[in-house]
Amino acid sequence: MMRLKTLATVLALAPSLLTPTAGHAAAPAGDPVHGQDIYESRCSACHSIDANRVGPAHRGVYGRKAGSAPGYAYSPALRASRVIWTEATLARWLTNPQAFIPGSRMGFQVAEAQDRADVIAYLKTQTAKK
Amino acid sequence: MHHKITMNAGALNAGLARREALKAGGMGVLSVAAIGILAGEPTMAKAAASSADADILNVALGLEHEAIAAYQIGAESGLLQKPVLDAAVLFQSHHKAHRDALIAAIGKLGGTPVAAKSTSDYVASLDIASVKSQTDVLRLARKLERGAANAYIGVIPSFKNVAYAQISARLAADETMHWTVLTQVLGDALPTQALSFGA
Ligand code: HEC
Repeated sequence: MMRLKTLATVLALAPSLLTPTAGHAAAPAGDPVHGQDIYESRCSACHSIDANRVGPAHRGVYGRKAGSAPGYAYSPALRASRVIWTEATLARWLTNPQAFIPGSRMGFQVAEAQDRADVIAYLKTQTAKK
Repeated sequence: MHHKITMNAGALNAGLARREALKAGGMGVLSVAAIGILAGEPTMAKAAASSADADILNVALGLEHEAIAAYQIGAESGLLQKPVLDAAVLFQSHHKAHRDALIAAIGKLGGTPVAAKSTSDYVASLDIASVKSQTDVLRLARKLERGAANAYIGVIPSFKNVAYAQISARLAADETMHWTVLTQVLGDALPTQALSFGA
């Protein structure tokens, strides 16, 4: 009990250090097929999997450090952040990116938790080329 | 067609305008905020809010640059027949008006508008090599228009100043108009479901 409470305090004080599952135990399971539809409809204005456009290329983004796609000019805030893209951090980013990483430039929000889970499940399938 | 969108986001107080001037002079958000603290300014949070709004508008400007380039490449491809070519040129003129309106708004907020990339960059990132017919051009344009409409809808909740949220909705409406015409020209069915945009 004590330990849990201490952990909760630490997490509250350092939100960007959240471990992948903390605070998102109830995140729904993602459907990558529906996630691809969402990606094409809502993300593809700015992003492609393999090309830097208005936003950075997404291949291999899952598990990578934020702000590290080669050749993309990130905001200083995103580049300097120590966030690693996991289910939990991606969910927070897609909920409200500029609240999660102040000074970052993506304003696009995904309101529904299920939609976030689905698009994250799709991003997970777009692994780095071997 | 010659309708200009005015980007008047309402009255900004003089203090804010002054800090924006400082920022336009090359100072970052942090130093502007620091000046706020030193001067005991209570409204420094507003500077960060303006900067966040300017960032969102600047990302949108990048989309408009891309759309203008895509229509230019399409118009010069020799693949478009009249009257489709005329529609493409008209839609490009709308995107140019969006671009100019966004540049004005970003400047007003103390931001630096992003420049367009080179045509060869767009040719590569939009995979123009795979565009071989009028239908291909129209499908690419329609995809970009739907993406842009959805992007403008999806950033609405992030704006600190609701006047920019309203402008974002107006821009989304233009892109939806383009999408609808392109869908008709392609002879494709309209969505059977309501609320198909932003989803
Ligand atoms: C309006 C344009 C726009 C839309 C739409 C958009 N993004 Fe972004 N995205 C950006 C920009 C710009 C950045 C870079 C932000 C920065 O540098 O601060 C970014 C960054 C990201 C990052 C961080 C990548 C990295 O390499 O660290 C992820 C993840 C991301 N976006 C996911 C998504 C997903 C998923 C969607 C669709 C649900 C989406 N974005 C929709 C513009 C957009």
